[in-house]
Amino acid sequence: MSEKDKCSCSYFAANDDIKYRPIPVVGDIATETGNVNVVSAKWSFNDYIGEIKVRLDIDRMNYAVKPGIYAIGKPGSQSPVLVSANYKLSFDILRRELEGLNVWILVIDSKGVNVWCAAGKGTFGTEELVQRIKIAGLEKIVSTKKLIIPQLGAPGISAHMVQKLCGFQVIYGPVRASDIKEYLNAGMKVTPEMRRVYFGVIDRLTVSWLELALAARTAIVGTLFLVGLVIFTTRIPALVELKGEIRLLPVLFLVSILSGTVFNAVLLPYLPGRAFSLKGGVLGLLVCTGIIYTSGQHLAMTTWLSLILMGSGISAFLALNFTGASTYTSLSGVKKEIRYSIPVIVVMVSCGILLEITHIVRRLL
Amino acid sequence: MKLRYLPGVVTLQYDVSKCKGCGRCIEVCPHKVFSLENGRANIVDKDACIECGACMKNCQFGAIKVDAGVGCAAAILASGKKGEVVCGSGGGCC
Repeated sequence: MSEKDKCSCSYFAANDDIKYRPIPVVGDIATETGNVNVVSAKWSFNDYIGEIKVRLDIDRMNYAVKPGIYAIGKPGSQSPVLVSANYKLSFDILRRELEGLNVWILVIDSKGVNVWCAAGKGTFGTEELVQRIKIAGLEKIVSTKKLIIPQLGAPGISAHMVQKLCGFQVIYGPVRASDIKEYLNAGMKVTPEMRRVYFGVIDRLTVSWLELALAARTAIVGTLFLVGLVIFTTRIPALVELKGEIRLLPVLFLVSILSGTVFNAVLLPYLPGRAFSLKGGVLGLLVCTGIIYTSGQHLAMTTWLSLILMGSGISAFLALNFTGASTYTSLSGVKKEIRYSIPVIVVMVSCGILLEITHIVRRLL
Repeated sequence: MKLRYLPGVVTLQYDVSKCKGCGRCIEVCPHKVFSLENGRANIVDKDACIECGACMKNCQFGAIKVDAGVGCAAAILASGKKGEVVCGSGGGCC
């Protein structure tokens, strides 16, 4: 019987439009509930390409594996059960760390979203977990009645409710899949180190490409518009003297976008203040000043001001958006930051644009 | 270098009289906000809290309350002034 035959409720029907990606099956294990697929711990070329694509926001919301129970190695009724989201990258990162182990993986339907984000939304949650345990017939596969859940799934899971609803005991494992082997080998002991969330430079750089990809459409449209403006205005004799500064516009626009996404992410701990928009704004100011200075253009004071206001405003706004990708911001904190920063950013960018337009129009008159 | 966000804004509330010292909150917190002292949980770093709600959801004694949500500007801006902040409601991030 397929999963759909067992449960035709709308809860699962909502997921019909996600096309599940193939899982590298290397064999089968016979259990009381039927054959369970054994999956490889190794990554194929396609798995690497898949990771690069989703990191760049290509087909990212459609990168899921089919929920259900899978095996790594030759697990038995006493083997540990690890719970995973059905975002394919989450599943892949988990199985990659399980080489040489004999474990079960219970993939729950998080709608193709990673553990932490899905837990925040509740799709990686108590209800789905309990449902999935029943569908998989987990109590017939293992006798231990224990589940190892990634710690970052805890915002969506209520451990005592799971126990009450289906008798399985929830154990919160380490935050990172890379600690699982050590954790299991130590008899399921989590060190305080394994419980902490970090946001090191590699993490920041990895997630920053997504911010850049999300800003890409605006970046392309804006740059094309500004390049068009350059071509158009340089043909007007009255504006010949402004050629240099108008040419700076598309360059500064692109640099501000890079500043607010990738540069800000990498330099985050070294930029002043705690608010992301302040960090991004200061960085935008520095980067734009550097570009204008090295361009060798002799600009009027108001032009300098105009370019820098626009550049640091854009950088500040994109940096503010990076709060969502970071691991240490709270809802209350970001609400406060938005209250203070958005009006300032709007004023900065508007004043910058108005100054520049005024400057060009005055030349034409 | 340690990254810290805005201080003094977190909505985390904890009622020590309801705590039975099970230690679940310490287990699930990704930012070491709690510690166990004399058989009871204790808030040791409130400003590190990201309001993920894991402690509240896993405290079976109802000792912890927090307005849980995502600290994501895109989600907050997309959901407008009123209403609940739900990620994925706009912008197409996560």
